[in-house]
Amino acid sequence: MAGGAPGGASKSEIYKGNGPRLLLPAWIFIGVFLVAPVAIMAIYSFLTKEFRGGVIWEFTLAAYDQFFLDRGLFGDEPPSIEWTYIGIFWRSIWQAGLATVLCLLIGFPTAWFIATRDVKERSVWLFLITVPYWVNLLIRTVSMKFLIRDTGPLNELLLALGVIDTPLALVNTNFAVQLGLFYSYLPFMVLPIYAAVERYDFSMSEAAADLYASSWATLRLVILPVVKPGIVAGCILVFVPSLGAFLAPDLLGGAKTFMIGSLIEEQFKGAAGNWPFGAAASMILLTIVMGVLLVHARAQTKGER
Amino acid sequence: MAKPVDLRRFTGFRAITWLCLFVLYAPLVIVAIYSFNDSTSITRWGGFSLKWYVDVFTGPEAPKFRDAAINSFTIAIGAAVCATLIATAAAVAMNRAGRFRGKTASLALINLPLMVPEIVTAVASLVFFITIGFKTGLLTIFIAHIVFCIPFAYLPISARMQSVPDTYEQAAMDLYATPWEAFRLVLLPLMVPGILSGFLLAFIISLDDFLITNFVKGAGVETLPTAIFGSVKQGIKPNIMAISTLLLGVSVVFVTLSWIIGRAGQSKR
Repeated sequence: MAGGAPGGASKSEIYKGNGPRLLLPAWIFIGVFLVAPVAIMAIYSFLTKEFRGGVIWEFTLAAYDQFFLDRGLFGDEPPSIEWTYIGIFWRSIWQAGLATVLCLLIGFPTAWFIATRDVKERSVWLFLITVPYWVNLLIRTVSMKFLIRDTGPLNELLLALGVIDTPLALVNTNFAVQLGLFYSYLPFMVLPIYAAVERYDFSMSEAAADLYASSWATLRLVILPVVKPGIVAGCILVFVPSLGAFLAPDLLGGAKTFMIGSLIEEQFKGAAGNWPFGAAASMILLTIVMGVLLVHARAQTKGER
Repeated sequence: MAKPVDLRRFTGFRAITWLCLFVLYAPLVIVAIYSFNDSTSITRWGGFSLKWYVDVFTGPEAPKFRDAAINSFTIAIGAAVCATLIATAAAVAMNRAGRFRGKTASLALINLPLMVPEIVTAVASLVFFITIGFKTGLLTIFIAHIVFCIPFAYLPISARMQSVPDTYEQAAMDLYATPWEAFRLVLLPLMVPGILSGFLLAFIISLDDFLITNFVKGAGVETLPTAIFGSVKQGIKPNIMAISTLLLGVSVVFVTLSWIIGRAGQSKR
């Protein structure tokens, strides 16, 4: 991607020499109000906590120590690994991963189906898939909760149909959180896969069949290499926001489905009020996400070569 | 010999697509239906009624929601305007200014708000404003919104600029137009669909935001999402369903507009 946009449009030099000047507002806004804040947050993670929120400007590793090490109730025991927070991160990764798989299982056939329609039909399907994404995320999550709660319309319907005898307890389960994440980010899976399948030239599979390839071989050797970047991009676009999601776990989950987003939020909004610890957890989350994106970018540039 | 399979027609894919649409729309449709429920209980259907809509505008919680709505729309319009201006300038630099130092880094920077997890941006913004002694309130929400709206405004604007060839501007320059005239009189009119789509996306994204707003809003200041979240924490009430349905309507109208504008822009070429 570094080489500029396809079609050579970026080679245009109409306003040559004005580039840096035109980018100045973007640099100032994102630099001052995003890059600098993240840097300050990084500093906060090394500060001492003040009770009832806030920090004392004394440098310490206490926040990271609390995250990774267990020193017993009074802090005087030899340190062992503290599993509570690592566990919350692990659960978040697991939940985000399952939501990604769910999105892939539903999103791939959907994207494939849409990409193989007529051009006019495609844009209508795409529109239908993307509209819910633009509806307020909070409203979508609340709607999902309303639908699947114990006395909600879904249970009423299933009871009336005689499919179940007792209402399904869906809210406050891991599945509800995965469903919420799936519901939140599904279009992120469909769109890149759609874009990849749309580029695929179906005469290639005909050529493969002419050369006696089985349909499985065609899928694996001809189609998959073309579609794979779309699948990978879709998985990243679903996994990354799911990992730090707050609304779906908070509204659809319970104490047992506590995820990173809630852990961090609690440090700033809740009673726990440990700002350096919240900043440290944010730094660890940011590191994981940037790691995933970096590995992806590396693989992409390697593939282009 | 291999059977000639038509790979375009996997059986079952159509059914999964319909299932997908069903899952996406069912919760919203159900909530929209129940917002017209006459019963006070959210579970039982008690006949059609508009009373929860009346309640939203005149009920005991009406002033709270009115203030929140005014805040939400003011911030969304303001942030979308600023983000669109910044993004348009950036798109010109990226697509029309040749090569220069820091171009690749600039693209990464513009996309940075999409890559940093929302909760991290929220925390970072809060500690930043506290550290520089900036009182959290409407202004801090406004600034934070501009930042994360920039990439959403940038994407359609830049895409549109790529698809417009620069030959018209070159012709204008050959006829002694200054670069500013070439931009204002030639490129800008051609960019209208892209700029409008960018503005609308930024507007919706701003209206949608809960997490970052919740961190930087300060005490007593509410936007619609934070006000709704506060109410929902005490249980889903019928008036919340009415508000949700109204907001849902706004989103659908704006996205449809953006779609129509985008298509009009495409067919013009």
